[in-house]
Amino acid sequence: MCFRRNGSKKQKAERSTINGKPESQSGRSLIAIGGPILALLAALALPLAAQDFVFNNGTEPQSLDPALITGIPESRISYALFEGLTVNDAQTGLPVPGLASSWTVSRDLRTYTFTLRDTTWSDGTPLTAQDVVDAWLRVLNPKTASQYAYLLGDNIAGADAFLKGQGPADHVQIHAPDRHTFVVTFVGPLPYALAMLAHNAFMVTPTFAVNRFGPGEWTKPAHFIGNGPYVLKTWRPQDQIVVVKNPRYWDAANIKLHTITYLTIEDQNVAFDKYRAGEIDYVPDDSIPVGRIDEIRLRKDYHHQPSSSIYYYTFNVTRKPFDDVRVRKALSMAVNREELVRQVLKAGDVATAGFVPPMGGFATTRGNGFDPDQARRLLAQAGYPGGRGFPKITFTYNTSARHKLVCEWVQQQWQSILGIDMDLHNLEWNTFLDTKQKTHDFQIARAGWVADYLDPSNYLDMFKSRAGNNDGLYSNKRYDALLGRAATMPAGPARNQVLEQAEDILVTQDQAVIPFFFYVTRFILDDRKWGGICLNTIDIHQPRWWYPK
Amino acid sequence: MLRFMIRRALSLIPTIFLIITFSFIIIRVAPGGPFASEKQLPPEILAHVQKRYHLDESVPRQYVRYLGDFVRGDLGPSFRYKDFSVNELIGYALPPSMLIGALALLLSVVVGIGAGVISALRQNSWIDYGAMSLAVIGISVPLFVIGPVLKLGLALDHHWLPTSGWLGGRSGWLVLVMPVLTLALPYMAGIARLTRASVLEVLRADYIRTARAKGLTETVVVLRHVLKGALLPVVSYLGPAFAGIITGTVVVETIFAIPGMGRLSIQAAINRDYTLIMGDVIVFSVILVVMNFVVDLCYGFLDPRISYS
Repeated sequence: MCFRRNGSKKQKAERSTINGKPESQSGRSLIAIGGPILALLAALALPLAAQDFVFNNGTEPQSLDPALITGIPESRISYALFEGLTVNDAQTGLPVPGLASSWTVSRDLRTYTFTLRDTTWSDGTPLTAQDVVDAWLRVLNPKTASQYAYLLGDNIAGADAFLKGQGPADHVQIHAPDRHTFVVTFVGPLPYALAMLAHNAFMVTPTFAVNRFGPGEWTKPAHFIGNGPYVLKTWRPQDQIVVVKNPRYWDAANIKLHTITYLTIEDQNVAFDKYRAGEIDYVPDDSIPVGRIDEIRLRKDYHHQPSSSIYYYTFNVTRKPFDDVRVRKALSMAVNREELVRQVLKAGDVATAGFVPPMGGFATTRGNGFDPDQARRLLAQAGYPGGRGFPKITFTYNTSARHKLVCEWVQQQWQSILGIDMDLHNLEWNTFLDTKQKTHDFQIARAGWVADYLDPSNYLDMFKSRAGNNDGLYSNKRYDALLGRAATMPAGPARNQVLEQAEDILVTQDQAVIPFFFYVTRFILDDRKWGGICLNTIDIHQPRWWYPK
Repeated sequence: MLRFMIRRALSLIPTIFLIITFSFIIIRVAPGGPFASEKQLPPEILAHVQKRYHLDESVPRQYVRYLGDFVRGDLGPSFRYKDFSVNELIGYALPPSMLIGALALLLSVVVGIGAGVISALRQNSWIDYGAMSLAVIGISVPLFVIGPVLKLGLALDHHWLPTSGWLGGRSGWLVLVMPVLTLALPYMAGIARLTRASVLEVLRADYIRTARAKGLTETVVVLRHVLKGALLPVVSYLGPAFAGIITGTVVVETIFAIPGMGRLSIQAAINRDYTLIMGDVIVFSVILVVMNFVVDLCYGFLDPRISYS
């Protein structure tokens, strides 16, 4: 196989750069000239076990500081460089012990006491519970301007006031009674607390290094200090980031890769060609070219499984004719989602008329699925029999081949079943966000949601009245009340029932949104060569688990 | 000559100033901001973020602040890439673009002028027709076709070259071959056609007849007299071409994953990275203006009729 042959070649060349050569200009030209010779020598001198993993990480990361990052490419690097109290399991995605080896929970389910491992930072400085306190306070500190600080502010007792500059830091309910004990008190019995703690906003960062080198400098390779399974070696913007195994990591004995190279290639076709030529080992979900899915899904190394991300359309429910729930329902019932995922998208996405994916005992509502006759009746009841008198409507989406494919198909369905005409209006990403979020100047718009942590409330909370992400301006008092109740309940069937009721109001009763499908999570990887990268519903793959076979 | 140079150098200042002012306004008129995201920020956090980058100040104040920093040589922090300043990012992105661009231009000048001169001297021969047909293809086939076709043949069907990437990786300097070739082809074709037309015109000029009448050998006539006169249009083509080619091309950089200025600028625009867009615009315009200046100087050297005193 072509990529096997090339795979071993790449590994040899990479090896010659790792063992000692600094990333200097002279070093580079030496490799350039002597590359083949060095590769040959390395091949003779070293066993052939591939321990250098290379893959495409997508766009250039915004930062390597876990307190400041928001995107998926950034988080993928943060999992290599830092570790929080919990981490995501490779197969299930569920939280398992990370920096904390164990924990106990108080009877009111609000206070968690963590026992930390006896470990050090990558520079040898002991890592203590006070470091966790300092790191979280740094995220909450308004001066840090962390975009995910609200995750801590909303959930930790006393944190919101500090985040908003209205309260002192020592009122935040996080404490370090001794070197290995860390205590946090949440605002309620958060059923998702442990899952949330695996998020990069809760990672432990070296505050002493941030203070010593300053923001923007401490994340450079020369100054880098972390506590993850790997440490930063090289960072060349728009080109690559290389991390090497951290010998001081508490579980270093089980870290089997020498280096991981994160390439920065925005173009999915370029990334996929690189994989085809055997130059990279792994193509994550966001690097797979949608347009070539027919070719890709036939490959043996293509893996996919339904994920917890939802693809939906959102109405501005304050605008005519979408202020009428019958119109919204008619539109939802006039799309054959099965046909969309099977014949149009062909990627294995899962059609749904409900909004929250099934998880932890929560059952997705059936919603208003495909029913063309009922759709026509509802539209007639609303005063538009056969689509007569229905105003011309505009659909707004951000420019993308996939979104275009979906909305053209929807346009055709609504036209043929309901007799409704719809204009398609595509906008560049930032303009789209502005239209949808700030001015709310749209009728129907494309939307998507990727969970921060696996809990139904993470999907439903955004439709609370006046919530930050409630772009369609939906408002229902009963819905708000149900979610308020769920927030005070411990995980379990009773809470799930309340959340299921809320979801039912959102999509079945009020049809505030039209759900289409749950995305598939997928990647391309030769699993005969590499292990530890598994499909899981939250699509988080922490490098800690990766190993060569 | 010196006065001319100083005058031209001084005229750079208002040009750059105007470019900064216009870009500054246009960027802020564009909808969306650097901190927009699908998951909206709570207002109090957005306020802190904006404060950090002085976006809470009035636009005129931001403008004055920017000009002040610019004069000190500081292009500011990148709004998107929080660990780098704009100076650092351009410091990383400019050398790859310049290297690819310079190599491509060198290749296209050598091959283009050579092919143009030979075609003109052997006008209407099969060499002429062959070279000019290739040139038409080179001009008319866009980069986004040439690049992938080369890649398909040289890197995917046969694993002779790496598909993409940059120096410092496992493939060494081989990563340069395809991007340089792709980038050079249209310039090569343009230069060849320009040179041919220009040489044909000069060959009919009186001073060439005089040179021949003096009994000079054909080689001397061509090298010393024809070429010098015929290269004028090529030089004026090369100035802007050089500025354009060394500041990076989005297409080639994207296809071959080169960490250069073209990709950096596109990402900056997409992300509304205000300071980085400004930095890119300034670098592009300075290089363009300077190259035009260099072309003017070359004219004086090549054409004895032009004098700057």
